[in-house]
Amino acid sequence: MNDQITAYSPDSLTEAYAILAERAGTVKIIAGGTDLMVLMNARMLDAAEFLDIWRLDELRGITDEGDRLRIGALATYTQLIKSELIQNHAPALVAASRTIGAIQIQNRGTIGGNIVNASPAGDSLPVLSAYDAEVEVGSARGTREIAFNEFYRGYRSTVLEPDEIVLAVRIPKLKEGERDFFWKVGTRRAQAISKTVMAAKAVVTGGVIQSISISVGSVAPTVIRAPKTERLLASHKLTPDLIKRAGESIANEISPITDLRSTEHYRRTVTGNVLAKFLRQLTN
Amino acid sequence: MSIQFQVNGTAREVDAPPMKRLLDVLREDLRLTGTKEGCGEGECGACSVIIDGEVINSCLVPVCQVAQTRIITVEGLASDGELEPLQRAFLECGGAQCGICTPGMLIAARALLDMNSQPTRDEIKEAIAGNLCRCTGYVKIIDAIEQASKEN
Amino acid sequence: MAVGQNVLRKEGYEKLTGAARYIDDITLDGMMYGKTIRAKIARGRITSVSFDAGFDWSRIVRCDCRDIPGKNYVLLIENDQPLLVESEVRHYDEPVLLIAADTRAEVEEAARHIRIEYEEKEPILTIEQALAGEREVLYGADNVFKRFLIARGDTDEGFAQADRIIEGEYRVPHQEQLYIEPQGMIAIPGDGSLTVMGSMQCPYYVHKAIKQLFNLPDERAIVIQTTTGGGFGGKEEYPSTIAAHAALLAHKARRPVKIIYDRAEDISATTKRHPGIVRHRTGVLSNGRLVASEIDIVLDGGAYVTLTPVVLSRASIHALGPYRCDNVRITARAVATNTPPNGAFRGFGAPQVAFAYEMQMERIAAELGIDSLELRRLNMLGEGDITATGQRLTWSVGAQDVMNEAVSRSRYVELKKDAGAAPATADNKRRGVGLAFFFHGAGFTGSGEARMKAAAGIEITAEGRARVLAGSTEIGQGTQTIFCQIVAEELGIAFDQVEVQEPDTSRVPDSGPTVASRTCMVVGRVVQMAARDAKQRLLSFVAEAFGAPEAELIEGKFVAGGRELAEFTDVARDYVEQNGKLVAIARYASPPGVEWDEDSYSGDAYPVFSWGAEVAEVEVDMDTFEVTVLKITTAQDIGRAIHPLLAAGQIEGGTLQAVGYGLLEELVWDRGRIVNNRLTNYIIPTSLDAPEMETVIIEKEYPHGPFGAKGVGELPMNGAAPAIAAAVFNATGAFVTEIPITPERLQMALEKKAVKE
Repeated sequence: MNDQITAYSPDSLTEAYAILAERAGTVKIIAGGTDLMVLMNARMLDAAEFLDIWRLDELRGITDEGDRLRIGALATYTQLIKSELIQNHAPALVAASRTIGAIQIQNRGTIGGNIVNASPAGDSLPVLSAYDAEVEVGSARGTREIAFNEFYRGYRSTVLEPDEIVLAVRIPKLKEGERDFFWKVGTRRAQAISKTVMAAKAVVTGGVIQSISISVGSVAPTVIRAPKTERLLASHKLTPDLIKRAGESIANEISPITDLRSTEHYRRTVTGNVLAKFLRQLTN
Repeated sequence: MSIQFQVNGTAREVDAPPMKRLLDVLREDLRLTGTKEGCGEGECGACSVIIDGEVINSCLVPVCQVAQTRIITVEGLASDGELEPLQRAFLECGGAQCGICTPGMLIAARALLDMNSQPTRDEIKEAIAGNLCRCTGYVKIIDAIEQASKEN
Repeated sequence: MAVGQNVLRKEGYEKLTGAARYIDDITLDGMMYGKTIRAKIARGRITSVSFDAGFDWSRIVRCDCRDIPGKNYVLLIENDQPLLVESEVRHYDEPVLLIAADTRAEVEEAARHIRIEYEEKEPILTIEQALAGEREVLYGADNVFKRFLIARGDTDEGFAQADRIIEGEYRVPHQEQLYIEPQGMIAIPGDGSLTVMGSMQCPYYVHKAIKQLFNLPDERAIVIQTTTGGGFGGKEEYPSTIAAHAALLAHKARRPVKIIYDRAEDISATTKRHPGIVRHRTGVLSNGRLVASEIDIVLDGGAYVTLTPVVLSRASIHALGPYRCDNVRITARAVATNTPPNGAFRGFGAPQVAFAYEMQMERIAAELGIDSLELRRLNMLGEGDITATGQRLTWSVGAQDVMNEAVSRSRYVELKKDAGAAPATADNKRRGVGLAFFFHGAGFTGSGEARMKAAAGIEITAEGRARVLAGSTEIGQGTQTIFCQIVAEELGIAFDQVEVQEPDTSRVPDSGPTVASRTCMVVGRVVQMAARDAKQRLLSFVAEAFGAPEAELIEGKFVAGGRELAEFTDVARDYVEQNGKLVAIARYASPPGVEWDEDSYSGDAYPVFSWGAEVAEVEVDMDTFEVTVLKITTAQDIGRAIHPLLAAGQIEGGTLQAVGYGLLEELVWDRGRIVNNRLTNYIIPTSLDAPEMETVIIEKEYPHGPFGAKGVGELPMNGAAPAIAAAVFNATGAFVTEIPITPERLQMALEKKAVKE
């Protein structure tokens, strides 16, 4: 299998940029391979050339930049789970990483891959969205930062140019008094694809929500924020009635479909109920 | 392309297309058929091997990515025909039935014990959650890994 | 000495070192790779098959139905299933053509250059459509493959006596066996002969099918089982098709051909558990006593008859459950649909009806306001009682024992008191506990075993060892190990002195298929009888050689009057040296008094039953409707456990498959095509989905089993689904009548309940 296919395995980013500049549009980038190899094995991927970036150590590492963390695109889920920086400053990302596949996938799958694969069910993505992360991308032409919440054009489509590569993602650290949340409802307890997956972040003082961000996956063509529901909640006192209305609001705000994993009805109701879980936690 | 890596402590060199799956290189080029294929999409874990200390699905790794790495497969667990304690525990506890998931299961367990010599039952369950078994209900596999850890 | 001991499994070393050779691990010189080209419609006619003229076909071997030397069918019950489609397509992914090439890549490439065109017809895709008669009939006059009627007593009179009549309808889904080793075969052409090796449960099924397709006499078709990575029924009948496909290509190519299914092909094309609809109408007295029971079963057989009548038979016989009721009428039908044929899967009709009869018991208890445990205790079968087919239970009835053990070990009564009524926790979770009581008849139904007369034997080898000769296969359940234990125990030698001949139709007799929980109880008994015969012959030999007519064989030594005469090994060697060889073959004979009447479908359906009781503890997340099974406590009476550890492994493994059946596993269809044909979307339990299990083995010895053993393989498949459904009912008040209880289905049930309230 895969006998006719070529791959470039550069040792430096400069080499990778050069290959991309020359072969943009024909070469497919492969990182940990946990998504691409599945497609290739199922003969659902027609690429004849790959750019293997696995050796690019420049894309590894998780660093503290003061009020933000910079996570190299090749950081694996296992590295995220084990990182004290992530544990301390973005616990929802640890929680999300632990639900992705099982250990074999966590050891190989990368956050950059999850971003570029652009699946609405990518489990790390709601965290990046709720945290208002920024994606750092580069090419021979230079580097730029793109707000994560503006990274997708639509279903499985990103704003990346053909010669660009994701270098890192930056996420703001959780602030004092801020609490985050991650909840995945999958088809089983491991090796599961999400039916609905939520990440959120909020500050509550004296029972009043000062700020809140809510993001959901698997319920729309891309991972989405829920701005209406956020507005409904912001500056309000958390009451059982508000929790109920927030659940109804987000159920209406999303646009899920019935597919082979779940139903539209289930996804709407349960997304609302999962939000209620977070809001109940906030009242404690 | 020519790729060099170590398998079970022995230096190997294969000439293979870069995107050929590590699983196929092990089974076809190196005739190490202990590593199994159950799904070809990273769900069942039957093809698990350890690369540089980490357990991965060899059906999802192109061989170009393993140059200069150290790989352990099920064939590397026993030495001189003598089962290692983990394998012996599987035998004694009834952790292998049809045996098709067993190589991957042993590899996942080996990777766990190398990092965490005294895991709890919950940690064991999590460590083998990427390895599907249809025979045992997992009970005796967990028993076996627990027994092996106590002998550590 | 050996029986009852947890000896190390015979083939364990090979499985633990990666040395065991499964079919895909074998590569032969000159071997080609075969592939099946399948129909891509559910029903219709092939109008043309075209091969791309621009493709180089010189390196490809191609076969269609015209290449079959014998008749174009896969030998089974009605022989209605073609090996390759001639014109009429009856299900999606039905095999049409075969191709082979030197490499897998080449054969995949060639497959992309074949076009098949069709004239489509409206397919029958569900039981309802099969019975409605609106679409063109698929089978007979009314789409019904088979009917059974079991009648006992007078149900009209029973219903007239009843204080209440309670009705319920229950639905059960397809289930995929999902052995982790996909199906595969290698065929090797010979000079006027064929050898086929591969992953299978029943070498002699393959043997019979191959003989017919290639017009070969017995000895010219050789079938060898390779190490098999799980079966669960899925490798009972379907391997005949794959073997014959590989053989057809090999026959034409004059080279060995390997066919290995990938997972998607395996899920899409091979057999599944029969889905069904079971309706109960039960007359009860106000104290809960069952006085009349009408049960109607409809199973979906798929596109061809295959084993459906046998599955339906077992479903009918088990339909009332392990309960007493003097007025019973069970009607059963299996219908034809344009879906891949459904077939053997652990339990074989019983898990389907077990979900229904146990949920009916829960419903009756709820409607009468009595506890469901008490209802079961009031009605459960015991020794001397009579089953729905009129069978009087005379021996080895562990019903009370399993119930008492499961209830006390699990603290069921206390748990049930605490659960259900309690309010949801702060994180909106509710707990519940549920019980199921079930039984399973081991061996073939009715006169099946008496007709089959399974053969098995032992051979004393020139090396001075005993070798088991049986067609029964090791598929993970421990056949090799328990046969060696039985022989060691019967002969009086050590387990290590016994070995097993790998199943090969040229070397082992036909012991019947490795199915129906019959390997230990039926074939094990025959192996024991053969060992007894061999032992007598060795004793006569020793009597003569040593002048010791009273000699005995104890712990590997022949002794007489306290005096040690010789080692078993030495005597065995001498015997073989002097007499050529010692092969003892025995045949199965039904226990005395076991009688079955095929016409009235009454009598002793099975020589004995195994019994089980199971308690499931669940937690339901009321936000997400996900059910977590926390613990399963199960007590199962399987007669003497030849190998308690392996037996427990069977119970635990079967129980988790049943958890999958109850909670997770179902197929998604699109016009006859299975959409979720991958491991990422056909969901089986992982280690994190598996409950804690407490397993208790009850050993009510069966006088006609080997050392008292009964069947264990299928019994554990019957309990978990209804136990979990009862626990969900206890936790949430939602009475779910259809499995799997996915979160989506539980959500609907809770909403329906809320509307009612």
